[in-house]
Amino acid sequence: MQNGLTLFSLGQIAGYSMKKRLQGRIIKDGKAHGIALVSPEPIGFLGGVDPDTGVVIEPGHPLEGECIAGRILVFPTGKGSTVGSYTLYRLARNGLAPAGIINAESEAIVAVGAIIAGIPMVDQVDISQIRSGDVVSINGEVVTVG
Amino acid sequence: MHLTVEERAMLAGEHGPALQKAMEIIVALGTIYGAAELVPVTSVQVAGVSYKNLGQAGLDFLREWAAQGARVRVPTTLNPAGMDLRAWHELGFPQTFARQQLAVVEAYRAMGISPTCSCTPYLVGNVPGFGEHVAWAESSAVSFANSVLGARTNREGGPSALAAALTGRTAAYGLHLDENRRARYMVDVRCPLRSGADFGALGYLVGKMVRNAVPYFRLSTLPSPPPLTLPLKTLGAAMAASGAVALYHVEGVTPEAQRGEMLAPDAERVIIEDLSPAYAALNAPVEQIDLVSIGCPHASLDEIAEVARAVDDRRLRAALWITTARQIKDRAAEAGYVATIEAAGGRVVADTCLVVAPMDALGFRTLATNSAKMAFYTPSHSGLQVRFGPLEQCLDAALTGRWKCET
Repeated sequence: MQNGLTLFSLGQIAGYSMKKRLQGRIIKDGKAHGIALVSPEPIGFLGGVDPDTGVVIEPGHPLEGECIAGRILVFPTGKGSTVGSYTLYRLARNGLAPAGIINAESEAIVAVGAIIAGIPMVDQVDISQIRSGDVVSINGEVVTVG
Repeated sequence: MHLTVEERAMLAGEHGPALQKAMEIIVALGTIYGAAELVPVTSVQVAGVSYKNLGQAGLDFLREWAAQGARVRVPTTLNPAGMDLRAWHELGFPQTFARQQLAVVEAYRAMGISPTCSCTPYLVGNVPGFGEHVAWAESSAVSFANSVLGARTNREGGPSALAAALTGRTAAYGLHLDENRRARYMVDVRCPLRSGADFGALGYLVGKMVRNAVPYFRLSTLPSPPPLTLPLKTLGAAMAASGAVALYHVEGVTPEAQRGEMLAPDAERVIIEDLSPAYAALNAPVEQIDLVSIGCPHASLDEIAEVARAVDDRRLRAALWITTARQIKDRAAEAGYVATIEAAGGRVVADTCLVVAPMDALGFRTLATNSAKMAFYTPSHSGLQVRFGPLEQCLDAALTGRWKCET
């Protein structure tokens, strides 16, 4: 209790608020809540993420070895094969999909994948405001960090 | 984005979950690409049929959508499958693959889609008129619909084309709009185009150069005789493989170029004087040929007739597969071409395409083709080494088992 209060007041003193509210654009409407996993690089799902483990397997990718299951997955945009839409669907069927997706600029592969997999997704978000480990909520077009 | 009352109702789920998901896809794409509205489509070509590409996840998804009540509301045709749907066993396709492949086609059939299984829907009755909005997948068919027929489509993916078939709509962006159909490259072709393969070689070079832009061709000599359906099919397929060209114009030939000025005022000029770099890039140094592949995109009846004439009363040393649509194969059989080709030891294979079939599983190691598209994709898709040249040279390889080099 004491520690929590101290942290809160330090945050206030340092001049940053504990909660950030970011405005996005709805690609797949919905609500999601989870811990952010942020990639500075685009993600290609076909061959880039193992649909049976949820782990990023693209060699040399900044998220290589990380599991995306249940996370709020934050990345600039999609890349790679159009079949990647079905990889997102398969992740969802396996219970390994991200809880939500936030892009800087969406493209068709991830957008279609999010819709057929039922993953809430927003884009046109300033993703530099989100760090891996942040608690993030998506509610329609509103993203709350912290 | 403006949506009609009916479109909003679909999006809200008032027509059930299958249509809601379809409309969500259409609206999301319209949002991403800045469409002001949706437009009705008159036909759809769906890709994502080969189980090799689709995988279990794709099959599960299609079954679920069909079970939710997904039914197409405009005439819809299907891309090639990963095997001949009837002769797969005798051609050597594994049974495990065949079972899943047949399930994919069944899911599409349940949605009301004709299992044409062809990359040339325009040769089997799906022929949109000039200016019609359609939603086609399959890059070579997209190119043909836009360029040769003058219809309007973007390069759709599997789910987005299917969503358009279910809703009867697509978002009005990209090549649906006049302003995006003018050419940004003027390609001055100064060398003669002597064969279909030359058109493919030209397409390979230009696709690499212009990527996803619209090129405008000025040909120094027009091949005779017209019509140019076959060479243009080959040209468009190659440009859509080495690049992502979805629309091109040919001066004095394609319909939009005949009706108005399709060249943007600031178009960049490109001169092509030599096709040999394309032949160099698409040929591996192999002499012995296991398999000769004709029909990428799918062979027309005329092409099958030409092969039949060349192999009549001869005996082939290499395997020869001519890939085509089932409907075209049936007509070729009636005309006696299939019997002639089979008597020589060749096959007319329907429903599939060697780019999407699991060719590595069939034991072939080298392939000769007259298709620049196939020569471009085959080494990376199935690891076969490829020879690319005109039809006569490919048929010679089928008869002798060897690739005859010009030197």
